[in-house]
Formats: sequence, C-alpha cells, structure tokens
Amino acid sequence: MSGNADTTPLAAGERPPSTVVGPLAWLRANLFNTWYNAILTILIAWAIIRTVPPLIEWAVIDAAGFGATSEMCREATGACWGFVREKLRFILFGTYPYDEQWRPLATVALFILLLGASCDRRFWKPWFGLVWLAGLVAAGVLMWGGVFGLTYVENTLWGGLPLTLILSVIGLSVAFPISILLALGRRSDMPAVKAICVAYIELIRGVPLISLLFMASVMFPLFLPTGVTIDKLLRAQIAFIMFAAAYMAEAIRGGLQAIPKGQYEAADGLGLSYWQKMGKIILPQALAISIPPLVNTFISFFKDTSLVIIIGLYDLLGTAKAALTDPAWRGYYREAYLFIGLIYWAFCYFMSKYSQWLEKDLNRMRRR
Amino acid sequence: MAVTETNGHAYAEDAEIIHCAGVHKWYGEFHVLRDINLSVRRGERIVICGPSGSGKSTLIRCLNRLEEHQKGRIVIDGIELTGNLKNIELVRREVGMVFQHFNLFPHLTVLENCTLAPIWVRRRPKKEAESEAMQYLERVQIADQAHKYPGQLSGGQQQRVAIARSLCMKPKIMLFDEPTSALDPEMVKEVLDVMVGLASSGMTMLCVTHEMGFAKSVADRVIFMDRGEIVEQNTPDLFFTNPKSDRTRLFLSQILSH
Repeated sequence: MSGNADTTPLAAGERPPSTVVGPLAWLRANLFNTWYNAILTILIAWAIIRTVPPLIEWAVIDAAGFGATSEMCREATGACWGFVREKLRFILFGTYPYDEQWRPLATVALFILLLGASCDRRFWKPWFGLVWLAGLVAAGVLMWGGVFGLTYVENTLWGGLPLTLILSVIGLSVAFPISILLALGRRSDMPAVKAICVAYIELIRGVPLISLLFMASVMFPLFLPTGVTIDKLLRAQIAFIMFAAAYMAEAIRGGLQAIPKGQYEAADGLGLSYWQKMGKIILPQALAISIPPLVNTFISFFKDTSLVIIIGLYDLLGTAKAALTDPAWRGYYREAYLFIGLIYWAFCYFMSKYSQWLEKDLNRMRRR
Repeated sequence: MAVTETNGHAYAEDAEIIHCAGVHKWYGEFHVLRDINLSVRRGERIVICGPSGSGKSTLIRCLNRLEEHQKGRIVIDGIELTGNLKNIELVRREVGMVFQHFNLFPHLTVLENCTLAPIWVRRRPKKEAESEAMQYLERVQIADQAHKYPGQLSGGQQQRVAIARSLCMKPKIMLFDEPTSALDPEMVKEVLDVMVGLASSGMTMLCVTHEMGFAKSVADRVIFMDRGEIVEQNTPDLFFTNPKSDRTRLFLSQILSH
C-alpha cells in the first residue's frame, strides 16, 4: 500500500481552492502579484479614470453631431463632427473635380478589392499578377480619364486617400521584387554585384526620405535635358520605390541569413541552378521568416507617404490640413487628425493582423 | 566501354567512375586534403572511416563540388570538376548526396521534396515524377507519409526520405556523409537497412560512417583517412583483421574496444 499523498485519488468534482482560480485569483496573479505591479496597477487605473471619461465627454456627450452646422459647432463645448461631414469628400479625394469624385472612390474600392483578394493564398499564382496589372490599368483609366467618355483629370489634382493608396501600393509592390534582388545581390559571390548592392542599400538608408523626395522634385529635373519633364507624382513614386527597396532588402537579408547552410547544400547537391535553388528552396523559407520586419516596413511606408506634402502633393494628411484652412471651419484640427488617424490606423491594423495570421498559417504545417 | 579522354589524357579504366589524382585542399593555412589518389569502379561500395577532422567528409564533398579542391584533378563519370558551372551541374545530377542532418526542405511535403529536382532539373512531367517518387518512397518504406511535412517525421524517417529524394534523380553515384551520426540509436538500423538494400542493387556508394558492422557486411573496400591523407585501403576482411599502419591499428582499437 502506498501512503504517498500524491497518489491519493481526488474526490470526484473536487475543485482547486479559490486562491488558484476565479476572478480574485486572476487579479492577484496578474495585477497585484508583486508590490511594484500593485503600484503600477493603481497608477494606470488612476490615469484611465482621469483621461477616458473626459474624452468620452468631448467626443460624444458634449459634441455637435455629424449633422451640425458651423454655427452649432461654435456653441458646442465638445467635438465638432459636422466638420468631418462637411469636409469628408475633400479630405478623401482632395481637389479632384467634385462631380467626378466617384472615380477616385471606385479606384479606392478597386484597390481594397485587389488587396483583399491578394490576402487569399489560393490566389498566389503567376496569373494573379496579370489581374493586378489589369487592376492598375483600370485604376489609371479611372483616375486620369480621357478615354471612354471620361473627362481628363490631371494628376496634379489628385489627392487624399487614392493618392495615399497609389503611392504606397504601387511603391511597395514594385519595391518588393527589387528588394529581393538587392538582398540576393548583397549575399552574392560576385564581387561587383555585391559591391553595387551594398553601396545602393547603404547610400539610400543613409539619407532621410524627405531629402530623397526633395532631390526627386527639385534636383532631378536639373539633370534632364530641356524639354523633357517627368511628372512630379512619378518622381515621388520613384523616390519611394528606391527608398522602400533598400529597407525591404535588409529585412529579407535577415531572413536569408537565418536559412541553414544545409538547405543550400541539399539544393546544390540535387543539381538545382542558382535561380531554382533561390526560387524554390531558399526564398520561400526566407520570406516567411522575414514577414514581421517586412510588415513593419510596409506599415511605416504606408504612413510615410504623408511626407509627399513637402513637395506639394496632397495625400490624405495633406488634404486634411488643407481642409482646416477654411475660415468657416477653422480650428477643428483635433477632429480632422482623429478622423484621418482612424483611416491610417484601420489600414495598418489590418496589415498587422493579416501578417500575424499569415505567419501562423505558413508555420502551421511545418512544426507539429 | 570506351576510354574517356579529357584534355588528351587517357586515364580511365573501363569501369572507373570516380578518378582523383593528386588532390589537395586547404582551408586558409590548414591543409585538409593531402595528395588524394582514389579510383572507384562502377558499382563499388566504399566505406571511408577515420578520426574526426581527418578530411573524410571534405573528400566526399569535393566529389560533387560542395567543396572546391585547389590542386589535382577530380573526374566524375568522364566529367572533370573545374570552375565550369555547366560541368558542376552535370556532375551533381549524377551524384546523390545524403547528409548527416538530412537537410530536407521543411516547407515542402515529403513527396514534393522528392519530385522537386526531377521536375526542375531533369524536366520530368509532374505526374511521372510523382509516381516514380512514390516507388522510391515505397522502397524506403515511407510511402504512407508522403503528404506529411519533414517536421512531422522522426529522424530515421527523415533520413530515409533524404535517401529517396536523392534516388529520385536516378544518380549513378551515392555519397553518404555520416548518415546515421545524428540519429537516436534505435533509428540507426532502419536507415542502415535501406543502405544495405541499396548496396545490393549495384549502386556505386561512398559512405563516410563509423558503423563498422555496415563496413564489414557491405563494403568492397574500406578506406582509412587520417590528417587529410588516405593512410590505408583494403577489403574489409583484411582491413579489420590485419591493419598495416600503426595509425589504423590505433583507430580500430579505439572504436572497436567496446
């Protein structure tokens, strides 16, 4: 007979004591488990009580609703959401001709549709590249017009959300393949290729994006022969692509370095060529590892498109700022920045969530 | 069979498939391979043994140019290994290699691991590559795991898949680089069984291993290396019962003592 207490069977239905489970135990374990955590908990609770109710008061209780006129807003002590309603189309679409603004709206919808579809791994096939190409052509037709009875709209009039999406989506999707080549080049055995890639990456990473945008808008035209002009938007787009490619290349290089030498040797041993080895064995693994830093780059570049304001392009942030200059609606910058902040946040939060899902999905089958 | 000629030198015996003459290799200042002369006949089964750091792995890795030799010549099935990338790719198609750590591709299923090279290097149609791969997986008794990922298999199973993956390229030579060294003891046998089966099929095999039982029962020739040199080579009978050099005797006494 064993007198060992551990082997004594538990009485049926016996529950652990309330010091281990239940809400009190949870509080103890998570919020008050040490004296400094207890102090932190109390401090944070105090900060929440001090900030959240006034915020709700401002944003909801004392606010003038979306239907408010500028007169009603001036009387209200809280937020003026009437401003957002009044300026919504200007913030979203900028100076695009008012009656034609269904076109940028359709462009935004098209981009969101394409991005949404790209999230599904079943579409990760070569033919989907053609779908994207068709989508970009359609977006170009919608935005520029001049064909199919659409009036021509110069791209200096583009602004707001479509501009932000165009700059970031085209920028990142063109920069991505370039960055892969740069990352591979940086690890190449060929000294010339390696030197060029290292020089490019270090040079671009060493200057601020703003200076690159200035160069693209001010200095670059000086080097062109007279009579040749490249569109300002295109120049900004190229500057973005160059910048993003350098950053993404470093993210991908990190992934490449994490692939064990044995993978290269096994691929070599089977007689795969360099591009087969990279395309079939190394990159699929390296890119999966690179997802977190890549998404980090994606998110920061999506937001960095707002820097084009300094060369006179009006993206989402630019149009919001411009909307604030209306004398009738002056001073509502909190509402304006909250609103566009929410739009930026929605896109970035989605990217972040999607990348977490993708990472899990890619790893699920491998480790079990 | 015709005498193979490269650069006007006739060197091959009829059945010779691997020819190393005066091969040297250095890692920086360190002389890993010293004057290696080795000739392997078609269908010959060779076990290479020796203390760690003796250059045995480096030697077989030079045979498919995972490592570069700096002096001497290596000719595989009539193709000399030089800086010529075309030749290297041609040789690698004909030489399969099994690694100590398996090196399966973790993002591909077992079946995809096996069909990748036949499809992309040999340009075989996918359907045929798959049915052939299934035959080889059957042969290493792992066909039931074909749709799993390598991470879901045990070490012994992974190594058997690695052998099948090499065989799918229908190589003329198989190189084994300590194939059982990274395995848990109970899994060594399943891998050795597959290798014994392969040996009886007439495959040319070069195997770096410490499995002396395998050497005794399967090898046509045992090569002993120490400090980058081939010290002694003989049939397993004579090698184990009557080693000529002191270094061989010392090595054998160390590995056979328990």
